Amino acid sequence: MGRAVNASGGKFKPGDPVQVKFEDPPGHLRTPWYIRGKTGWIERVYGEFLNPESLAFGRDGLPKKTLYLVGFKQSEVWGKANNADKLLVDIYEHWLDPAAETGRGEV
Amino acid sequence: MARGHHDVGGLPGAGPIDQSQHELSDWEILADAVNQALGAKGIKRTDEMRRAREEMDSAAYRDMNYYERWIASIEAILIEKKILTKDEIDRRLAEFDSKWGEP
Repeated sequence: MGRAVNASGGKFKPGDPVQVKFEDPPGHLRTPWYIRGKTGWIERVYGEFLNPESLAFGRDGLPKKTLYLVGFKQSEVWGKANNADKLLVDIYEHWLDPAAETGRGEV
Repeated sequence: MARGHHDVGGLPGAGPIDQSQHELSDWEILADAVNQALGAKGIKRTDEMRRAREEMDSAAYRDMNYYERWIASIEAILIEKKILTKDEIDRRLAEFDSKWGEP
């Protein structure tokens, strides 16, 4: 597991299972389509940053959002795949829900 | 639910990535310079540029190359922030075109 840049703040910690929300609100969305609804784990806590989904419209980006590096099994994302590799995606906290497991996927 | 034209990760049929190196045209270097100058002046942010590309007409987005999309995004943001008008930009372009455009 990676080292937290700023362990304070944020409701998840490294190793926590999380599921990406499957949502499609209007606006500038920082979570790519292919990862929505997928389940993985917190790999690293980057810390708090201005919210790019607000900055994109010339607003102030407040309140800041905690950004995580989230890990996924390749098979969770693409179906049958080599799970020796993992997929790592930067995802903001408001896109994440707690999950029971770190992703299924067939090996 | 609609997937944006910019959000193509994992879609089948994209074909191989062109990894060949190519020289940048003068106008592409200029586009980069204008973009950086506007950023340094605090006039626009990267997130706004991305949002402007996402809001473009999908057919136009697909037809444009990388720096053409940048130019279109810069234009949209400058108009949105009332720094330039569409009319001012079009007039200046017409001037350039009559001066240096192909006959």
